[in-house]
Amino acid sequence: MAVSRVQTSSILQGFPKSRSLLAGNTAFMPSSYQSIQTVTVGSGGASSVTFSSIPSTYNHLQIRVLSLGTTVTDGVLMEFNGDTASNYYTHYLRGNGSAASATSNASTQYPIWTVGASASPTASVIDILDYANTNKYKTTRSLTGYDANGTGNIYLISGLWQSTAAISSIKLTCSLSQYSTFALYGIKG
Amino acid sequence: MAAGATYESIATTTLSSTASSVTLSSIPSTYTDLRLVATYGSNTTGTLSYIRFNGDTGVNYSFTYLVGNGSAASSSRNTDVAQIGGVVNSFGSSSIPSMAQYDIMSYAGSTYKTVLTQGSNDINGSGSVERGVGLWRNTAAINSITIFDVNSRLYKIGSTFTLWGIKAA
Repeated sequence: MAVSRVQTSSILQGFPKSRSLLAGNTAFMPSSYQSIQTVTVGSGGASSVTFSSIPSTYNHLQIRVLSLGTTVTDGVLMEFNGDTASNYYTHYLRGNGSAASATSNASTQYPIWTVGASASPTASVIDILDYANTNKYKTTRSLTGYDANGTGNIYLISGLWQSTAAISSIKLTCSLSQYSTFALYGIKG
Repeated sequence: MAAGATYESIATTTLSSTASSVTLSSIPSTYTDLRLVATYGSNTTGTLSYIRFNGDTGVNYSFTYLVGNGSAASSSRNTDVAQIGGVVNSFGSSSIPSMAQYDIMSYAGSTYKTVLTQGSNDINGSGSVERGVGLWRNTAAINSITIFDVNSRLYKIGSTFTLWGIKAA
């Protein structure tokens, strides 16, 4: 049986590191995947998290979340630019450990997921495509779920915000416990 | 609002001989999340993809998943098991790889570890697509990941396993 192991010395091999932009050094090329802002909930908990002043210089956004709630049934709702009108639509496919199901929802906010209990955090990756394009409504894709060793759900969700405005703020509302982390990333094309 | 480079390849392994497991070790704790992507062919029929952390072979894992097999969608769960995953099935074709992706969130944080999984395999007549979530009931920072098949079936030569680090601001 062959086993491959990667040691510390091999980590980051091949990545050019430039201390200077003088001629002869490899040019520095900024990554196309950049961290914009991160929010970590403190010991007092939080009822919402907001990303504001989002620059319009990326093509897409991604939010990566590890969330813990006060109760397992709490759901996170997402809204854009303070819009609380009935402009949000979602479809999701769910597996609850015993059956697959599908449903749709029209609402004043996106229902994103069910927050796991404190010992079984919910993980989510939310992609917001063409968020700054003023010629399109906004489409999102989410993979989210938690497992609590006997209970749990996995969701694959698509969403629509029926607005052509560029997204400049994102608010996520839920009863959030300490250590919940929300990280916003920008992706350049 | 600060922005900076954030998505880096930590390690890549391409098999030069068949293997029933691959271990990526000495993972630094300086990132926020990890992403492991595997594209693998099977040297025999039915090689699956499971992961374990830090060499933990105890029944400290559980896994809830959703799968479509081309004719039906279903969901199931494994509790108190010794690994996460195992749904993606490489049907033994030497030229059609399966793909498995694992998003390991806050891998160095102080909570239990939650993993989002994605698996895909299609061989023009059969296949499956899976999405799942796994839990490792341990608060230790993850410093190694082993990807393997519990029945010791083999990943073929040319299978690749890439680990990415994602760093939040």
